[in-house]
This record gives sequence, C-alpha cells and structure tokens, in this order.
Amino acid sequence: MTKPQTLSLAQPLLLDGGGTLRDVRIAYETYGELNEERSNAILVCHALTGDQYLASTHPVTGKPGWWERMVGPGKPIDTGRFHVVCANVIGSCLGSTGPASESPGGGPYAMAFPVITIRDMVRGLVALLDGLHIEKLHAVVGGSMGGMQALSLASNFPDRVARVLAIATTARHSAQNIAFHEVGRQAIMADPEWREGHYYSHDNAPDAGLAVARMAAHITYLSEEGLTEKFGRRLQDRDTPGFGFDADFQVESYLRYQGSGFTRRFDANSYLYITRAMDYFDLAQEHGGSLAEAFRASAARFCLVSFDTDWLYPTEESRHVVHALNAVAKPVSFVELSAPYGHDSFLLDVPALDKVVGGFLND
Amino acid sequence: MTEADTALRPDLAVILRRVEAGSRALDVGCGDGALMAALRAKGVDARGIEIDGALVADCVGQGLSVVQGDADRDLTFYPDGAFDYAILSQTLQTAERPDKMLRELLRVGRRAFVSFPNFAYWRMRWALLSRGRMPVTRHLPVSWYATQNIHHVTVKDFEALADELGVAIERRWFFTNERAVGEAQANWRAEYALFEVS
Repeated sequence: MTKPQTLSLAQPLLLDGGGTLRDVRIAYETYGELNEERSNAILVCHALTGDQYLASTHPVTGKPGWWERMVGPGKPIDTGRFHVVCANVIGSCLGSTGPASESPGGGPYAMAFPVITIRDMVRGLVALLDGLHIEKLHAVVGGSMGGMQALSLASNFPDRVARVLAIATTARHSAQNIAFHEVGRQAIMADPEWREGHYYSHDNAPDAGLAVARMAAHITYLSEEGLTEKFGRRLQDRDTPGFGFDADFQVESYLRYQGSGFTRRFDANSYLYITRAMDYFDLAQEHGGSLAEAFRASAARFCLVSFDTDWLYPTEESRHVVHALNAVAKPVSFVELSAPYGHDSFLLDVPALDKVVGGFLND
Repeated sequence: MTEADTALRPDLAVILRRVEAGSRALDVGCGDGALMAALRAKGVDARGIEIDGALVADCVGQGLSVVQGDADRDLTFYPDGAFDYAILSQTLQTAERPDKMLRELLRVGRRAFVSFPNFAYWRMRWALLSRGRMPVTRHLPVSWYATQNIHHVTVKDFEALADELGVAIERRWFFTNERAVGEAQANWRAEYALFEVS
C-alpha cells in the first residue's frame, strides 16, 4: 500500500531565523492514487511528535499509523478518492533533515541545527509538493501542530490549497503553551547525558530528560475528567500504598510507560527544536499584527474544530481564528465538539469528528 | 414551487424564492441547515451561524459553511455589507436585544429577512384572556419559565421598531397553520410573520 520515500530538495531552504538549510531531505508517505489532473491531493500535517506514518505501520514501534481511524479506503479522508500525502517535518527525526542528520561539515548537526519555525516546516512541505508536481491541494489537514502548519500554509501559500481543516489548534502559542514546553526542554537539558546536544556518539542519550518532558506534555494532552475516569486514585499492582517512591498509582505507572516508550522513537534534540518552533508561532505577527490580514489573500474554505475538554488549545483559540476569517469574509465552518479526551480527542474515537471531516473534505 | 420549496417551512420557502442565485447570504440561527442547503442548491453563497454544536456538526457534515456561535455576540466579527442578505428566522424573540440584532443584520447584510411568531395572534390573545396563562402553542411550545423566547413581539411591535430604527419594510408575508394568509388584520390572524427589510 505504501513505500518509504524521501525527496532531496534541489534548493536550500531559506529560514525565518535568517539562515539557510542545505541538502534538505523530506521523508514522506503517500496513500491512494493521484488523479490525472493532479487535483485530488490532501496534505496531512503531523503534530509535535508525530510522523509521516499516518496510515501505515510505524517502523520503530510496529504500531498502526497514528490516524488510521481517519485515513483509508472509505474512511473520512478516503484514500479511494484522495491522494493523501504525509511528510515528516524538518527538525524531526523520522527521515527528514533534523538535528540528528549529517551536517555539511560532517557529523550530526546537534545544536548547530538552525532554529526553525512552523513557516519553515511549511516551506519544506511546499517544496515537497513542488517535487511531487502538486500545484494545488484539494485540502490541507492537521491537528495540533499540524493545524498550525495548515493555517500557515493557507496564509503564506494561499494559491496552493482549496480547503483548510485545522483541528484542536491555535494561531499563536500562549504563555501557558510556551511554559509547558520550557519545562520539557529544561528537563532534557538538565539531563547530564544531553551534553549540550552532542550525545549522538555516546552510548547514552538524554532519555531520562526526554521521558520527563514527554510525561509533563502528556498530561497537557489529556483532560482531568479523562485522567480521573481512566485512573482515579487507583493503585498499580497493589492493594495498599507502598509508602515509597515507586509508581504506586496507576497514573504514575502510565506516565512512566509513556515517557520511556517515547524515548525509543524520538530524538531529544528534535524535541527541543520542534517545541521551539511551536513557541515562536504567531500567525498574526507574521502579517503586521493582524490575523485577518494573514488570511486576506486566501481563496480557500476553512473548517476549524475544537474540543470542549481541550485545555491546551481551548475553543477560544479556534474562535479567535474564526473571527479573523469572518473579518475578511472567508468561508469558514467552526464547531466545538464534545469529547472526554482533552487535546488528544482529535486522534481518538469521536464519531462527530469523522462526520465533520468527511463532510468538509467531500463537498 | 420546486421540490426544495415544499420541504421547507413556508417562511423559509419564501426566503429561498427571494434570494437570487449568485448572491451571498448569512443564515443566523441556521439550525439543521435546511434553508442553507436549498440556497446552496440554487447557487447562493450561503453561510450560517448556529449555537447548537450538534446541529453545526450536522451542517458541516453536509458540507455547509456554518460557524458555531452566538448571534448576540458573533455578528460583530463580520464586516459591514459582507452579505447581500442576512436571514433571521424565528429567532428575533430570543435575542438579548432584538433592536440591536436588527441593526446588526442590516449592517452585515444589505437586506434582511426576519420571521417571528406573532404574540398578538388571536389564539394567543384568547389563551391569555380566557385562561389567564401564558400561551403554549405550536410555534411557542415551551412554558414561560423554560422558553428561550425572552422578547415576545407582535406584528405591530415589529413595524413600530422598524419605524423607530429607520428600517424600511420592503415586503411582508403572514402565515397561519403553515399557509400564507393575507395582510388584512394580520396582527390578529397571523400565527407568524416574515419581513424583508433594508
């Protein structure tokens, strides 16, 4: 159904930070056939720790694709009808150029990798579309950081996309968002194995720091209601408290598992760079301080979806985007869906989301 | 009448007939999107606002451009004259301030359609007079303590408000038992009314 693919960009990427990134490789997966008119392509953008394995088995974890419930034949993003493209963003670690990649001077970039932005990631994705000879997307779709890329693509490359579906996302990172990311970064950098980023040639990576970063972040992806329902105050494999610091509570055990599992599939430096890119994201600031101006040139239809239990990118953030789109009279749909899973709802079983996604894309 | 017309409530069918293909319309309180779908089929660029998330999900699932929002607050985010028509069907009486709502409709739309249940309909008057209780009818089905209809209005009240605000009434239609009735004694005879204003 799919084969691993990588595109080497002929041109260097000019970055928001002023630098350039040379010899860029973009790893991507595709699902479904591109039609003769090359008009049925949907670009799906992944979240912070996501990857291009949207609807195919992850090569490291062996787990199903991260959005298999949404993408496939007859599913809301119907690969029987659409040619679906999903690429690893630059800065990440699943085949696209990132801090673990070989630098032009030899050896991994590590912290010599330039700080990138969401728009830089999008520049990489657009270069991929150029390479695939896809002039205009039927749609760009993304949740969380994927939604930021979708909004950024619509704003910075208005001619490249006809529909924009941005789920559980925001047009700017809030102080709270930045704060949580900073906790994660500091956890990584406080790990002695981090070695100012130069751990690639050593036996140990800063796994302890990266696991703590993931644990803290994971809490922000869930709702209190969801945590309470799933774990409550239940103890793990025991009937009475141990009066020690083992993972007595189920929720502790779960977070430790999430943290350690994550270190097996993700590079700590990539985590630093991608969280930084998200923190710098402020679509209005890129356009003279007006979010409405960011969308003025777009001829796309927009759909924004938020979840009532998402406190990481709460409904107000989506509403803020909707109001900006209203101000420039763009066709926009918006719905706050009810789901118990917090920010992660966009990845989970929310039938109303399927209906909205399918309806918006198939129109 | 087309097939879409007959499936719609009579006031919506009138609106569907009046809104020209190629124009832009905003349906404020669009519900399940029945009017929007019919407008779109006619070639109207139709957008909607609806407060009920489940209804919005239905609309978006049909491919309609509907924003979940509160008409009392969210109209302000639309620029002046963004639409040829603003439509407010059976919702005026739920607005926090119907006068401000009417002004907002005519700010974002060049023209507006406004329909509402007529509180001076003779059955209402009779229920109040004979039983001394707030009427509960087909068009006002909820008891006084639970109703969203916080500003009951009559045909004459609406006409007086339009006059006060300098709003021109272009056309009016009246309905009882889902059938059109004449203008004569409409404030007695009409169960609900539809106005086209500018």
